[in-house]
Amino acid sequence: MNYGIVSQEQLEQIDTILSSKLIKLGVDCVIIIDMAGNIITAKDNGESKYDVYSFAALAAGNFATVDAMAKLVGEAEFSLLFHKGQESNIHFSKIDDELLLISMFGKDISLGFLRLNVVEAIEQIRKVWEASNG
Amino acid sequence: MVQVKIVYYGPGRCGKTTNLEYVNRKFRDQIQSEMVSLKTHGDRTLFFDFLPFDMGQIKGYDIKIQLYTVPGQVKYNATRKLVLKGVDGVVFVADAMEKQREKNIRSLNQLHENLQAYKESIFKLPLVIQYNKVDLKDHGVPILPTAVLRKDLNSRLKVPDFEASAITGYNVAATLKKIISSTVVSIQKKLL
Repeated sequence: MNYGIVSQEQLEQIDTILSSKLIKLGVDCVIIIDMAGNIITAKDNGESKYDVYSFAALAAGNFATVDAMAKLVGEAEFSLLFHKGQESNIHFSKIDDELLLISMFGKDISLGFLRLNVVEAIEQIRKVWEASNG
Repeated sequence: MVQVKIVYYGPGRCGKTTNLEYVNRKFRDQIQSEMVSLKTHGDRTLFFDFLPFDMGQIKGYDIKIQLYTVPGQVKYNATRKLVLKGVDGVVFVADAMEKQREKNIRSLNQLHENLQAYKESIFKLPLVIQYNKVDLKDHGVPILPTAVLRKDLNSRLKVPDFEASAITGYNVAATLKKIISSTVVSIQKKLL
């Protein structure tokens, strides 16, 4: 945990952003994790029953693997990842070098619309983050 | 809430996964989630095993312990390194079998290098060494005396160490308790 300590106030601000930008849109579950697989915060629509801790560990591993592959082909990073299923989809997006935003959503939401909202959410979260972490 | 990442590290087939499997069985009642294992068809760890559990509160903080293993096979160092990211404490599992002597030393050296890549030091990070498979002595398999293992692996580090048998569970919990307590103490120092 080398990004410092998150204040309760910051967490609440981030939760509000996640709720208003993503959960309201119909996203089942949103998680912010660090690259070591720790959960910073998780929000859901009240119905999803994911094991978010295992999910975070796997997601961090997954993202780290793809990051290592990016370096192998000469890319600085692949900042976005998307897994598509029959009923549900997972979208990963980097907030900064330490944080990752993961959205799980069903087939009712279009990927484009989700991405648009993810970008806006990330911008707002960055601001909250920078305000106290310099 | 404080999340504590503890990684079991060691050469291939030394018993890292077996340690976690024992913990998962023995403390099933206290563990809410399933153990996650990413392994090959041959049951070798491909990426990591993951076992999270709650420790209750210490000084008002909810403590969540996350146990990980690394893949032990030599060729997987890239993934081993990834698992070490953000590690708070390490259990080095050594294989007490005589023929594994070199591999233990090589693996410990690599741990040292891999930690340096994250600007961590093996001399500063909470570390516990476990000499696993001591039960094999009773089955006529030549194993190294603990004094030799200690001289090989722990003469400079001077960290807490245990003889153990992950398969029977001997000292698995003792190892875990020791690494949790040293890690929590070290995190407390950072937080306060």
